[in-house]
Amino acid sequence: MISPAAAYRNLLLFVLPALAVYLVFAVLPLATSIVMSFFQTNGASGDTFVGLANYERLFTHPTISARFWNALLNNMQYFAIHLIVEVPMGLLLAALLTSGKLARSEGIYRTLLFIPATLSVVIVGFVWRLIINPLWGLVGFPLLGTESTALTTISLMSVWQYFGIPMVFLYSALLAVPNELVEAANIDGAGGWTTFWKIKFPLIAPQFGLIAILTYIWTFNGFDLVFALNGSAPGPNYSTDILGTYFYRTFFGSSGQLADLDLGAAVATVIFTTVLVVTAVYFWLVQRRLKSYSV
Amino acid sequence: MPRARRQGSEPWTFERIIVHALLILFVLLAIGPVLIVIINSLKTTPAIFGGPFDLPTAKTFSLEGYKRVFTRGNFIVNYRNSLVVTVTTIVLTIVVSTLAAFALVEYRVRITSLIGGLFVLGIMLPIRLGTIPIIQMMMAWKLMDTLVALILVYTAMSIPIAVTLMVTYFRTVPTDLKEAARMDGASELRTFWIVLPLVRPGLAAVAALTMLPVWNDLWFPLILAPSKQNQTVTLGVQQFVGQFMNDYPALLAALTLGAVPLVVLFTLFSRQFISGLSKGYSK
Repeated sequence: MISPAAAYRNLLLFVLPALAVYLVFAVLPLATSIVMSFFQTNGASGDTFVGLANYERLFTHPTISARFWNALLNNMQYFAIHLIVEVPMGLLLAALLTSGKLARSEGIYRTLLFIPATLSVVIVGFVWRLIINPLWGLVGFPLLGTESTALTTISLMSVWQYFGIPMVFLYSALLAVPNELVEAANIDGAGGWTTFWKIKFPLIAPQFGLIAILTYIWTFNGFDLVFALNGSAPGPNYSTDILGTYFYRTFFGSSGQLADLDLGAAVATVIFTTVLVVTAVYFWLVQRRLKSYSV
Repeated sequence: MPRARRQGSEPWTFERIIVHALLILFVLLAIGPVLIVIINSLKTTPAIFGGPFDLPTAKTFSLEGYKRVFTRGNFIVNYRNSLVVTVTTIVLTIVVSTLAAFALVEYRVRITSLIGGLFVLGIMLPIRLGTIPIIQMMMAWKLMDTLVALILVYTAMSIPIAVTLMVTYFRTVPTDLKEAARMDGASELRTFWIVLPLVRPGLAAVAALTMLPVWNDLWFPLILAPSKQNQTVTLGVQQFVGQFMNDYPALLAALTLGAVPLVVLFTLFSRQFISGLSKGYSK
């Protein structure tokens, strides 16, 4: 009906506004960041190409690199805790919500359980600091003030906030399981438990990969909660420093550190690469194979 | 959910009681901390420390905290800023994303899937990492410390998921309808306008999905619009927490006021939000 030339013109016309905003304010800054990381800014005299010098500093400079590796390791731990606690919790809740025993209260439970995810981290941070405050007496131990417990504590606060997300993903996947399959299993004498593990669970399995990769992307972009709790110098002794707070400190500077835009650009590029490479590998290797098995 | 409703009159079996008990436990875990903040925001300082888990009584009830938030804080300005930024971002995102998604479904030429793929990729792009060039760009264009800077960045951030989501909705529109419109001589823009009401659930999902991260973001307000007259609620509350650390009633009132609008909106739009979330990301 529409000629190829007209289709081409229409496509570009309709897509242009969205594409322009997206390219200028998202893609371009990221690309510029990558370019910047290979330069040294020299004020009036212009920029000098320095190759991998910024990266060399980031990876090997005694004080700079120590903080960087520390932030990276902390971030991995932050991600792992999310994965280990959040996903089983989401699965349990999604299974309970779709157990068929709730009648009309299903929607109410679903909404209430998601409420923490709608709060800002400022509130989440404050509420939990209040509850675990030794002064108020729920825990007589400074969980946030001790190096060995601070990161786990913050991770669990974040898990508390976001467990609704895996719950909703798995809940929607469970609702999409064809009723006939469940009924056929019931006729064959399978109970609720067997039906769940033998029929429903394998069908929703591809969702776990997706949840894992999204959790990875979100936790490696983490910043807000740590900043809300501790500011840009996450203590005690940088035990809660993650890549986001490290990045912020690098380009804004902090008490012990001068602001350094080029190094900041290098940090951004490293985080970006870490996220993108893992995501790409995941989509090539895992998600494609999973898709071919699913219904 | 017909499956659930059929069992509405079922007796209270042991299994059913367990399911409800577990869910109630988790609900308490989820909203308990929020309730503690709200309850204590309505009490006097000694009552907050004397019995943090007690409900306010006639003797301990006090709205002093709320009064102080409005007199000492910057709350009305913060609210206005958050409202302007969030609403404008939602409107802009919806307008440009629906146009783009319509085109990606309608006009299949060679580069269509390439452009579509570029948007899908954007769902994974951590836009925060482009902050340094964004600052330089905003400075060059004299947009630093304005709400416009926030709106532009947030719109760019929301477009990928919005386009991807709207594509799934536009795919459900029957071809006959569009062909009929074109037969009658409708322009492409007119055809778009005719099918738009059919994707209304998608529009609600995009709005709900855009609203939360924009209203709650701390990073960009902190960096792009930190001055008092441009602060959003999230940043305002964050600074209030730092400033009035010992005025607990005011602090708790500020936190309550910062959370209420979004929790209310989410409750209203929760169905759209949830369908949008699962449809948009499981692409």
